Amino acid sequence: MLEAAGSGHSAGPLGLADIFAALYFDILNIRPEEPEWPERDLLFLSNGHCVPVQYASMAEAGYFEIDELKTLRQLGSRLQGHPEREKLPGIESTSGPLGSGLSQAAGYAYSLQYIDKEPHRFVYVVMGDGELNEGNIWEAAMFAGKYKLSQLIGIIDRNNIQIDGTTEDVMPLEDLRAKWESFGWHVLEVDGHNIDSVIDACSEARAVSTRPTVIIAHTIPGKGVDFMEYNYKWHGIPPNAEQAKEALNDLRTLGGKITHEGAGV
Amino acid sequence: MSYSLNPDIFAEDVVQEPTRAGFGRGLRRAGEEDDRVVALCADLTESTQMHLFREAFPDRFIEIGIAEQNLVTVASGLARAGKIPFTSSYAAFSPGRNWEQIKTTAALNNQPVKVVGSHAGVNTGPDGATHQMLEDIALMRVMPNMVVVVPGDSIEAEKATVAVAKNGKPSYIRLARDKTPIFSTVDSPFEIGKAYVLREGSDVALFGTGTMTYQLLVAAKILADRGIEAEVVHVPTVKPLDKNTILASARRCGRVVTAEEAQAAAGFGGAVAELLSEELPMPLKRIGMQDRFGESGSPTELLDYFGFTGQKIVDALADWLEKTPRYHQ
Repeated sequence: MLEAAGSGHSAGPLGLADIFAALYFDILNIRPEEPEWPERDLLFLSNGHCVPVQYASMAEAGYFEIDELKTLRQLGSRLQGHPEREKLPGIESTSGPLGSGLSQAAGYAYSLQYIDKEPHRFVYVVMGDGELNEGNIWEAAMFAGKYKLSQLIGIIDRNNIQIDGTTEDVMPLEDLRAKWESFGWHVLEVDGHNIDSVIDACSEARAVSTRPTVIIAHTIPGKGVDFMEYNYKWHGIPPNAEQAKEALNDLRTLGGKITHEGAGV
Repeated sequence: MSYSLNPDIFAEDVVQEPTRAGFGRGLRRAGEEDDRVVALCADLTESTQMHLFREAFPDRFIEIGIAEQNLVTVASGLARAGKIPFTSSYAAFSPGRNWEQIKTTAALNNQPVKVVGSHAGVNTGPDGATHQMLEDIALMRVMPNMVVVVPGDSIEAEKATVAVAKNGKPSYIRLARDKTPIFSTVDSPFEIGKAYVLREGSDVALFGTGTMTYQLLVAAKILADRGIEAEVVHVPTVKPLDKNTILASARRCGRVVTAEEAQAAAGFGGAVAELLSEELPMPLKRIGMQDRFGESGSPTELLDYFGFTGQKIVDALADWLEKTPRYHQ
């Protein structure tokens, strides 16, 4: 997708792939054939630049044909470079400028908890760790803590990179757990590449009825592609044709440990 | 044309009230008419008159604290959940501080978030330039999908609030802190996107938005004593602009003046200038802040100092009217 688009973010979406697989194929109570199903759970993507992994998950889940993925970032595509609600059914909100997804998820969760009184529905929001630099995030964290929005579940992609370098070099985030706890949140930490752990953490989060929960998911940026892993330089660029071939080969062969019909093609 | 003007507008004891008071009543009415209406405030609930709604519907009022970015983004989430969220603060902070969040999560996202900016204009008074929002009309009218309403008095502010609650669109309502004369009546029409001819004349067309329309009525009266018959048009909706009404009055008069208690650049006067320069180029004069900030003082002193009274408007126009011939097509 990204190679065809010629622009976009590589590392974040790869690092979030396991979490999105867990969300779309287990955690979220959704109907891909009925995106506005009124009983659905909500997923807000706050770090909109990671939307390629959401598009891929949505296509696999049946929201649209997989072929459409190749239109990413092209003129006339429903798959905008950053997600737009009105363009693609199933996208809950338009995002891109960082820091505003948690507030929107909190607004929806407030409505469920206090106005609509629908305790069986949950609102998930995926955030990047770099975007925790934004003040808007902490305004929302305070708000959700005050109102004890227990149907709100945040997932932080703790991959330790942002555009200018590592998060701790650019603007240190630690002690991240203590920060969220002090805002009144229940905090869980998981290996973001262990799908079972992600699923279990979300179950625990749903069971917490007195506070919002944030799951700090430790991930490896560029996961599965040897030359991208841990390298912040892959944050905001796509692979070229040769790199894309190598990356897909890495992903399909577990880094050369197994064979795949597409391997070496 | 049958706009019912308050017959006492030129009386010394003309009834005055801040537009924000009309908003407070309008929001309560909107809440009575539709239980999807919710209200959010950033620690200025009485200042913005949202307390009327909070008292009537405590379960649909949400205190956000001093966090304007969160104010509009939480509102966007509530709109996604099917609510009609009204957000309020001082205009200097919302939309002054959170313009990007409004653009992305309300306008581009096309959710019916209502941004209500109170204490706009120099009439905010002694608080000074930091709190006198003058750039908001320009900021909001350039945003696709956004509706921009600047009510002329408190009666109209009430009607405008009820109308905005029903329009299904991201919208901005600009309000003032200080009391201003009521020139409309409960029977005067208000419809989003409509401009109203309040006084007919053919020597010059005066277009006003917000509370400046009253000052234009005063100016027209002074001009009439000098033998100049001005047409006064009230334009409470800056976006979408009522092009037909504006073009018709401009065509009739051949000279145009705009007035707003805001920066003269890029705001309401800018909108009229864009329209006329493309459709009907003619002499135009913009009354507004001339590329400077406000300062502390009483509202009355500041309106006079910055040229926002009927008399000062006449003074500013006298030379121009003398030298500028009417344009004939």
